[in-house]
Amino acid sequence: MSMLELRGVSKSYGQGSAEVHALHEVSLTADEGAMVAVMGPSGSGKSTLLTIAGTLEEPTTGEVLIAGQPVSKVSGSAKAALRRRVIGYVFQDFNLLPGLTAAENVSLPLELDGLSARKARLAGLRSLERLGLGERAAHYPDQLSGGERQRVAIARAMVGERRLLLADEPSGALDSSNAQVVMRLLHDACKDGGMTAVVVTHDAQLASWADRVVFLRDGRVTDQTSPVPGPESLLTSEPNQ
Amino acid sequence: MSVRHAMLALLSEGPKYGLQLREEFEARTGEVWPLHVGQVYTTLQRLERDGLVESDGTSDEGPQKGFRITSAGEQELARWLRTPPDLSAPPRDELVMKVLVALHVPSVDMHSVIQAHRRYLVELMQQWTRIREDDAGSDLNMSLAVDAELFRLDSVVRWLDAAEARVDRAAADGAMPRTDQPRRRDQAPAPLPRRRREARIRR
Repeated sequence: MSMLELRGVSKSYGQGSAEVHALHEVSLTADEGAMVAVMGPSGSGKSTLLTIAGTLEEPTTGEVLIAGQPVSKVSGSAKAALRRRVIGYVFQDFNLLPGLTAAENVSLPLELDGLSARKARLAGLRSLERLGLGERAAHYPDQLSGGERQRVAIARAMVGERRLLLADEPSGALDSSNAQVVMRLLHDACKDGGMTAVVVTHDAQLASWADRVVFLRDGRVTDQTSPVPGPESLLTSEPNQ
Repeated sequence: MSVRHAMLALLSEGPKYGLQLREEFEARTGEVWPLHVGQVYTTLQRLERDGLVESDGTSDEGPQKGFRITSAGEQELARWLRTPPDLSAPPRDELVMKVLVALHVPSVDMHSVIQAHRRYLVELMQQWTRIREDDAGSDLNMSLAVDAELFRLDSVVRWLDAAEARVDRAAADGAMPRTDQPRRRDQAPAPLPRRRREARIRR
């Protein structure tokens, strides 16, 4: 089943001669357990695509479906519940609250959703442990490295029963080895944790972790990769010399 | 990489028999050293002649003959490891040539040419990333070789991104090569090989 589907989504801002078309007729599907990367230059509409997929903005035309449910048909409060319970967001600049510990940052969305403090804290710790950060639970963001902060942000995005991860340049602020760690975690969250992820990036090395790479240009999907063959296709090839 | 230096590297780990050298060479060939195994014994004879390895003196020229590296051999290996290969001349890169040629072909959509190459490169990178993911760093040789390939392919994708941005800027400035009308011979740009040579001289 597809966890996320965009059907002919267009988005424009402004009117008349000032009208800007950010997305044109974008269609995209992410099946359950899949990791999809969206690659494109800056200004290609990647971030707009993600905010519309995450129900933070509405498309001008077209439809977004989450777990088969058309977002336009659900009430405002149900949409807010989707954002609190089903969708997790990861941003380039982590967006952690500096006055809260790692564990408090991770459990906050559950507490805001009405879960008891104790249950929220347990779920938060579990999520941190999944990402290998159990021992950093009591640390504040400024006591963590950049890579650890982003892992806390991913733990927060996965906490509870969330099933759809939307990540906007999640490793943009990290060095290349920490960036690889973050991508491996997102990949494992899909393969072992049953999450579905859509990751926006301009970086081909990071995009190559995805099952499918969709190319965006001037607000249009221009191309996408074919399914990845097994590794034997490269390892059995003859040396060049 | 030469078979000669591969042999010196294997012997730097300790004395080995001819057969052992051949087997270890074969085991690493393809993964790390993409070379032919045929020259192993003749290479060992030449290394001995040049004083870079010593044999145990048995008359047997075959698999049971033992070899060890000499101090001259160790020096040669150390010198070779630190000598950068000649990268001063740009390699003949078919992909770069295709993109440059496409600029001059009437009615070619540069974006679709660039995207065809970009997609192929990203698909290759996905395959290498799967290998890295399966291996999870347990084989250091393999990890380094896969990293090298990923960084190399990534650099080509980055070049394509930069090329596309340049083409867009040139189109916006009206500075794209004119391909819609025949050019007089004296107006034509120099052929690509000549311009490459000139570019190399200026470097």
